[in-house]
Amino acid sequence: MLDLTTQIGTLKLKNPIMPASGTFSEDLARVFDLDLIGAHVTKTITREKRSGNPTPRVCEVRGSMLNSIGIPSKGVEAFLANVIPFYAQYDAPLIVSISAGSADEFASLCEEVSVPGVAAIEVNISCPNIEEDGKAFAMRPSTTEAVMRKLRNATDLPLWAKLTPNTGETTEVAKAAEAAGADALVVSNTLLAMAIDIHTRRPKLGNLMGGLSGPAFKPIALRMAYQCAKSVDIPVIGCGGISNLEDVIEYLIAGAVAVQVGTATFIDPKIMVNMVDGIEAYLKSQGLHSVSQLVGSVEDGEVSDGLVFMEAAP
Amino acid sequence: MRTMALETPDTGDEVKPIHEVDCVVKSNDRVNDEYRLLVLDAPLKILDCEPGQFFHLLCPISGNLQPYLRRPMSIYGYYPDKGELHFLYKVTGEGTAAMATMKMGDTFNVLGPLGKGFDILPNWKNLLLVARGVGLATLAPLALEARRLNRNLTAICSARSKSVLMSLDYFRDLGVNVIALTDEDATSSVENMRRIIEALIADEGVDAMYTCGSNRILKLLQDVGKSHKIPGQIALEQQMACGFGMCQCCVRAFHREGIIVNERVCTEGPVFDLQEAIGC
Repeated sequence: MLDLTTQIGTLKLKNPIMPASGTFSEDLARVFDLDLIGAHVTKTITREKRSGNPTPRVCEVRGSMLNSIGIPSKGVEAFLANVIPFYAQYDAPLIVSISAGSADEFASLCEEVSVPGVAAIEVNISCPNIEEDGKAFAMRPSTTEAVMRKLRNATDLPLWAKLTPNTGETTEVAKAAEAAGADALVVSNTLLAMAIDIHTRRPKLGNLMGGLSGPAFKPIALRMAYQCAKSVDIPVIGCGGISNLEDVIEYLIAGAVAVQVGTATFIDPKIMVNMVDGIEAYLKSQGLHSVSQLVGSVEDGEVSDGLVFMEAAP
Repeated sequence: MRTMALETPDTGDEVKPIHEVDCVVKSNDRVNDEYRLLVLDAPLKILDCEPGQFFHLLCPISGNLQPYLRRPMSIYGYYPDKGELHFLYKVTGEGTAAMATMKMGDTFNVLGPLGKGFDILPNWKNLLLVARGVGLATLAPLALEARRLNRNLTAICSARSKSVLMSLDYFRDLGVNVIALTDEDATSSVENMRRIIEALIADEGVDAMYTCGSNRILKLLQDVGKSHKIPGQIALEQQMACGFGMCQCCVRAFHREGIIVNERVCTEGPVFDLQEAIGC
């Protein structure tokens, strides 16, 4: 009997496949039975209503995409009234993603969404911190630790910190989140990027810049997930460019206990279900009986910390 | 303006499954200087469409053409009796260029049908359709549906030249009163279009107006609709990623009850109320 379950702190998922925030909604229930995947992760909400960024909000780059959606939100009240009850019909745990412009606002929203039906809270600390010139909380260890401490005091639910690739201090940030009480790390959000139309000479996104996601980004996020898994004791959830079964397995081997699939769902809406089936087939073919046998099984030999945690390309 | 905006109301209407299907290309031929018609052999389950709906197309990778995201495209025709799905398109970018390389027998992955289509209310007897260029493709299924429902339809079709005027024979064969206007004949001005529409209203009357695409036509129809209290609908476009509501990429702004609201073109649209629409 194959064991696809994975443990994220106190939370047990029936398989390691879940959606990345912002690439999933109730609408996907029109494509497949949402209980086939390991967990549900909602699009990031803010306390207040927000309209999001100007259009175009998306553009394509070779083999990947940029987005600048800008966290449009119907506000916490609409979320509590409409979204959380929708997911009550499923067994898969519901992970709620939240964001705010300051640590105090973050904490108060965290408290407000700590309600029955929510299994864990993913805190999108990759968003701009208005008290730090718009730099993302998770760019620096100090701001990461400060916001995570306030969040930790605001809820008893598991807290997943979603990190940003826009930092040169990956492991320091990961350790700061762990020290401040994060239960898991999601590694990572999108990478700041840009594209320009050479005919109009205008940036292709209405917001000038946006986040790179998709296959081109995968090696970067995989590197970060590996470094985080090596530097903290809390579970790491891999996220970034996962487009096929091989990518899923690669992240698990790198040390992720589960993965989030985002942009790939836009191309193939059923891909998460296919990945679940694919993991089973892969385990069989390898003579393995559980996902946990794969996690962190990377053959990286006896390398020095200097190599594992490098922040510059050699 | 953006600070007032609300996002995406809950629709709550009927929830139909979305199908992702590999279809087989029956033909993919040039129909005039600029446009191609793609005919797909399609299973019945994806042919339960409404005029104005669209499919999200996974364009093939062909040599240097490597489209990544799916491309939304309005349905030109859906024929459950023949098991066919038709798209009329112009090569404008990497996705459509890749589509143009497809040959009979190739497989083509489509997702849909998606979005909310046009309404034809029971008391709308005399319908007016106004379109420019390829916009007519989006309105072609509406002409077929109007005929099925036994409504009178007039189509004002405008284009740069006669050679690219789309679908005119198709519309005429359906018994549509077709009025062709072209830039080369200097008949396509907004003023002329307004005169023609005013004459139609004065003559047999117009119960509803339909359009898509052009800002100039949108403004004209909004004007005419307001002064004669004629309802209307418009099909709109926006860059999309997911195509069915998850990513929030494809929003557009609309006037509603005194404020500006953002709605997703893929889910609340692509067909919207004419008076609520804001051009871009």
